[in-house]
Amino acid sequence: MELSPADREMLAGERGEALQFAMELVVGAARILGAPRLIDAGFAHIDACHYFGRAHLDFARFFTERGARFAIPAWTNTVPVTLIGPDPREGEDPEGQAEARELTGLYAALGARPVWTCAPYQLPGGPGLGDQIIVGESNAVAYYNSVIGARTNKYGDFLDVACAMTARVPEAGLHCDEGRRAQIRFDLSEIPEEMRRTELFCHLLGYLMGRIAGTRIPAITGLPGDTPADSLKAIAAAGAASGGIALFHAVGVTPEAPDMASATGGVDPAEIVTMTREMLDQARAALSPAGEGPVSMVALGTPHFSLTELERLAGLIAGRRVADGVTLYVSTSRFVAELARQKGWLDQIEAAGGTILVDTCTYFAPPVRAAKGRVMTNSAKWAYYAPGMLPIEVAFGSLEECVESAVRGSVARSTSWN
Amino acid sequence: MELTGIVLHPGMARAPLLVLDEPLSFWGGFDPGTGRIIDRHHPQRGSEIAGQVLAMPGSRGSAGTPAGVAEAIRRGCGPAAILLGARDVNVAIGAMVAARLYGLIVPVVTVETCLESLPPDGIAEIAEDGRITIT
Repeated sequence: MELSPADREMLAGERGEALQFAMELVVGAARILGAPRLIDAGFAHIDACHYFGRAHLDFARFFTERGARFAIPAWTNTVPVTLIGPDPREGEDPEGQAEARELTGLYAALGARPVWTCAPYQLPGGPGLGDQIIVGESNAVAYYNSVIGARTNKYGDFLDVACAMTARVPEAGLHCDEGRRAQIRFDLSEIPEEMRRTELFCHLLGYLMGRIAGTRIPAITGLPGDTPADSLKAIAAAGAASGGIALFHAVGVTPEAPDMASATGGVDPAEIVTMTREMLDQARAALSPAGEGPVSMVALGTPHFSLTELERLAGLIAGRRVADGVTLYVSTSRFVAELARQKGWLDQIEAAGGTILVDTCTYFAPPVRAAKGRVMTNSAKWAYYAPGMLPIEVAFGSLEECVESAVRGSVARSTSWN
Repeated sequence: MELTGIVLHPGMARAPLLVLDEPLSFWGGFDPGTGRIIDRHHPQRGSEIAGQVLAMPGSRGSAGTPAGVAEAIRRGCGPAAILLGARDVNVAIGAMVAARLYGLIVPVVTVETCLESLPPDGIAEIAEDGRITIT
């Protein structure tokens, strides 16, 4: 492998133990990937701040004790606890919660920007088209690669930190032009346009693409050119959860796919999947095993709700009231929450009985771990993961259906695709 | 039975072989405090991987995989060695971090053979250079 003089200095320990260990991990990963060299990276979104056990703390301390700092802007993913104010339900695993909080302090000491969000792309000042970046959170990997056109492989914990300390990544996979070409095509032409314009459809599309494409790179044809960011987020999150999609191209929508030839590099994918209404109905049913009946909780904000999603939610719920016995959780970032607070939207949601959670995720937060019964969500990602993590049954529906269900206290279904 | 693997993280180990039919999620699908597989969708749910030479197609899922591997090794509930059907950066990084932080060596080796052909009740011995002997 070709290493630069600076890479060699770090590896030899000439710039201290912290950078030596970091470079050992980067070079170790590069060898496994068969990368010919390392290249510069300019931005990171760190997942290793999300506490899982003491190894996370010991790893971060290795760097803080040696005075290390991130070499590039490094933003932070969600953590298992909310950091603003007390958790709504204190007392569960106090030691783990204390260590999770301690870990966030260590990453702040390393110079990370404490945004604590799984949707960093909703914040200003992030990377742009063609930038080489380091991301681990699966929905953010897919969103940055696909919607922004920045370039990242799916980085696991520790390697994300090591790359951001050294500002170097292995030249492999999605960092390279040839690693970004579409390998399978999804044709939406048989789906009515008004349906293709819904966010619900985009959740189902992402879920189905992940199930069918696995880790291959899809090219979508037939997605409307003005598909909003929230819908693209839904595709990214669902596809990354149900399969392992790290990049998709939507022809005429995403920046690297002005046309099919750009998405594929001129070689048409051998496999073409034509989406049908039947596939969508089956996906919708598969994500809603709970069926109809009373609802104990409604979980919104996976990935973190954007400002426009909070605006829509406020409009749907203002002046109404969440039914007794139902908890409505909305998770978002502290940055977006602050903007929504200024607009008055959070007050409307809270007045209706909703609870805003920041810094964390609705399937990790201590209050949510107490959930039981039937939970409704507008997120295909949540519907896919949560039944494996929480003792609940899940029903998936549109944002409108979720609000209606929260107010009624039981699953409400709309006849139209809204 | 003798095999030569590609070393992702070097080390020596000798322990009973446990062959998994499907990839394992070390973050969420596995309890690093007991060494047991807890993924309700995994065909070998309930199996204990602690102290075994774990052979599996690869790891599944989350960015938290390396942390799950390192945490299990730290708590003495990790495998003695890991044989992979395909190169897996996340598993190797977890083993590298455990080696640096705790001095605990769990070799990680890729084997270019069908994992199903490995004898299910064998004892596997891993050498520093990636040679694997199964008896």
